[in-house]
Amino acid sequence: MKVKLKIFRYDPENDKKPHYDKFVVEAEPTDRILDLLEWIKDYQDGTISYRRSCAHGVCGSDAMRINGVNRLACKVLVKDVGTKVTVQPILGLPIEKDLIVDMEPFFDSYKSVMPYFVGGEENPQKEQLQSPEDRERFDDTTKCILCAACTTSCPSFWANGEYVGPAAMVNAHRFIFDSRDQAAAERLKVLNDQYGVYRCHTIFNCTDACPREIQVTQAIGDLKKAIATSRLD
Amino acid sequence: MKTHQYEVLIIGGGGAGLMAAIYASKGASTAVLSKLYPTRSHTGAAQGGVGAALGNAEEDRPDWHTYDTVKGSDYLGDQDAIKFMCDVAPEVVYELEHMGLPFSRNPDGTIAQRPFGGHTNNNTGKPVTRACYAADRTGHMILQTLYQQCVKNKVTFFDEYHVVDLITANGSAAGVIALELATGELHIFHGKTVIFATGGHGRVWEVTSNAYAYTGDGVAITLRRGIPAEDMEFFQFHPTGIYRMGILITEGVRGEGGVLLNNKGERFMDRYAPTVKDLASRDVVSRAMYLEMQDGLGINGNRYLYLDVTPETVNKYAALDGRTRPDGSAFRITAEEILSKLPDIIDFCHTYLGVDPVTQPMPVQPTAHYAMGGIPTNARTEVFIDEKDTIMPGLYAAGEVACVSVHGANRLGTNSLLDIVVFGKEAGLRAAEFSRGASFQPLPEDAADFSCEQFDRLRNGSGKEKAADIAKEMKEVMNDHVGVFRVEDGMAMALDKVRELKERYKEVRVGDQGDVYNTDLLNIWELSNLLDLAEVTAASALARKESRGAHARDDYQERDDKKWMKHTMAWLEDNEVELKYKPVTITDYKPKKRVY
Repeated sequence: MKVKLKIFRYDPENDKKPHYDKFVVEAEPTDRILDLLEWIKDYQDGTISYRRSCAHGVCGSDAMRINGVNRLACKVLVKDVGTKVTVQPILGLPIEKDLIVDMEPFFDSYKSVMPYFVGGEENPQKEQLQSPEDRERFDDTTKCILCAACTTSCPSFWANGEYVGPAAMVNAHRFIFDSRDQAAAERLKVLNDQYGVYRCHTIFNCTDACPREIQVTQAIGDLKKAIATSRLD
Repeated sequence: MKTHQYEVLIIGGGGAGLMAAIYASKGASTAVLSKLYPTRSHTGAAQGGVGAALGNAEEDRPDWHTYDTVKGSDYLGDQDAIKFMCDVAPEVVYELEHMGLPFSRNPDGTIAQRPFGGHTNNNTGKPVTRACYAADRTGHMILQTLYQQCVKNKVTFFDEYHVVDLITANGSAAGVIALELATGELHIFHGKTVIFATGGHGRVWEVTSNAYAYTGDGVAITLRRGIPAEDMEFFQFHPTGIYRMGILITEGVRGEGGVLLNNKGERFMDRYAPTVKDLASRDVVSRAMYLEMQDGLGINGNRYLYLDVTPETVNKYAALDGRTRPDGSAFRITAEEILSKLPDIIDFCHTYLGVDPVTQPMPVQPTAHYAMGGIPTNARTEVFIDEKDTIMPGLYAAGEVACVSVHGANRLGTNSLLDIVVFGKEAGLRAAEFSRGASFQPLPEDAADFSCEQFDRLRNGSGKEKAADIAKEMKEVMNDHVGVFRVEDGMAMALDKVRELKERYKEVRVGDQGDVYNTDLLNIWELSNLLDLAEVTAASALARKESRGAHARDDYQERDDKKWMKHTMAWLEDNEVELKYKPVTITDYKPKKRVY
């Protein structure tokens, strides 16, 4: 089948403003959108620029807006989106070139919530014990691949880039609800702020956008509740 | 040109690089250079587990792990290094747990473990639960945990800086040249030490589990600087990649009781490995699959077989085998357990195949997966520059890019994640230690000339040839002739073809002439690395007239310990590969026939 792609283009070295280019690609229904981009880059236009690596939805490089919603280009097949496909960069981060955005503000927000384990010993002789139930409590938020699909689908983030955003909160959740961790209170303090949990208006775009099917809005809800009640249960 | 100075330069931000960074940064000024954001690294795609004889559910010993690894390597692994790795495995896994790694748990709260190919109880010969896992996302958890600890320790990162050359001075490592993707500028990084942790090169082959980024940059760069590559003929084909796409389906599926079936619905592995069957090591299983398909037993005559982990099938064969849980109860599995233990595999199959592994079998074929060969090192991760074990001061390599050799001719599943944490740590410690006693070598004036020339050529080529065509032809010929089974004529043909492609590559011209995020330029530069590694792989394979581990020849079907119990050392010259050899270190385990 023939797939018509309309792709957002911006070359900071030559373009005053962005535009769209159209391409027609012969494809199978089971081809990934990433496969189509690769074919265009290989055979039609080598200048088209995007990030990609693992090509099966675990590295988080190729989050894009595909037909208006945030998806990984390697996890969307032609049969999922049909023969007319519009590809744009994710929204709310500065555009560097074509589908590549500046990820630094995203990673800065991530780093602001202490996204690392606090506790443990230097030269341990044994593991810290954790029951399967306690492990399950934060399982969902361990799956995050930092692709930014959630944060850049969030209208509150679009409105104000200072908002730490869903991805950072998912990563805070991962540690706050880990029974072994010892810094939950400090992280909750960071999130108990005008740029923290209160900017989440439960729109659920983030949950829909997550390629790992993390219940992002639910996780943020857990954090709101923990702040309101000062309890982690 | 901007020049930066750090005592330790770590090239690559995957598991080995990040582990090195955590340790090096405690004792020396350290920078990590990665062509990706570190969390994009291919460590994150590893699934099934990290091997360590914790013995949480049943008896296990580091000695057994050592023996299994030696046997798995088809006796080409260096036994001193293997013993070191397997002995420290438990303490490194505990260390990861104390860094917060969210392992799956046993009911008693200890780290959960599952069986994996080639890992056995040495008394009974039966599979042992040695793979410490976090569902089927173990690599993801290792990568995230190590990155998190780097954030905690304020490690300096240069993200999306693509290292393209190694600088040496007075016979020592002195730094690297890196291209900053965002600007296209070349930077000089001046270091007392350089650690290569750049991963593998599965993109040489057509069907691969490897990321686009797996283009063998580290080995290609060091080959160009006169450093040999070791045992490059040994490249692992993982038995279970998704048909045509190559996406990895973890061996953990078989660890959880999944079986391979041919077109007759027959579980064929018991004919090839009567004791451990579907949990034989990867080279054995991949070959068995090829033989089945050669006999016309691929599914509907196609080049794939079924991997079946539906509870019905698993329980049927577990009962036939008399398989028991470590506590002695009969092994049975439910749909819920499969869902909780293999969630990502189920997701991949839904997304890419429209198949539900809980009720349907998965179509699989062997997929190019892992480089046993690479930059030659010792167990201290110091790099050898010849077959006499001469070390280049200040240069280190760790992880898949390195050949210690702990994997020999065939790596056991779970030993790659173990390798990156054990030797990543070692590299970080050693490089920091070296830095304390060393001064910076003076930078050569022409340090960046070679890189500039390379990129000028690519920007100004005639354009008569297309890089994509060359890549496609290389992948096809390597898959067909330097893959699971090999013969003299095929390999010779592949070698000629790769050399022809290298000539044609000189006529390539980069389509993007800009500076900002010129991914075209770097993709095409990476192709030159793949071509060099394909050439060295084919030449090393052609010379080795025996079958051992992943190097299986139809024309020399037996292992030949008299002539070939030795490591290949390959130097890349203009249109020639020079081969020398060096002995294997054997300590406790004398070679014997390998039967599973």
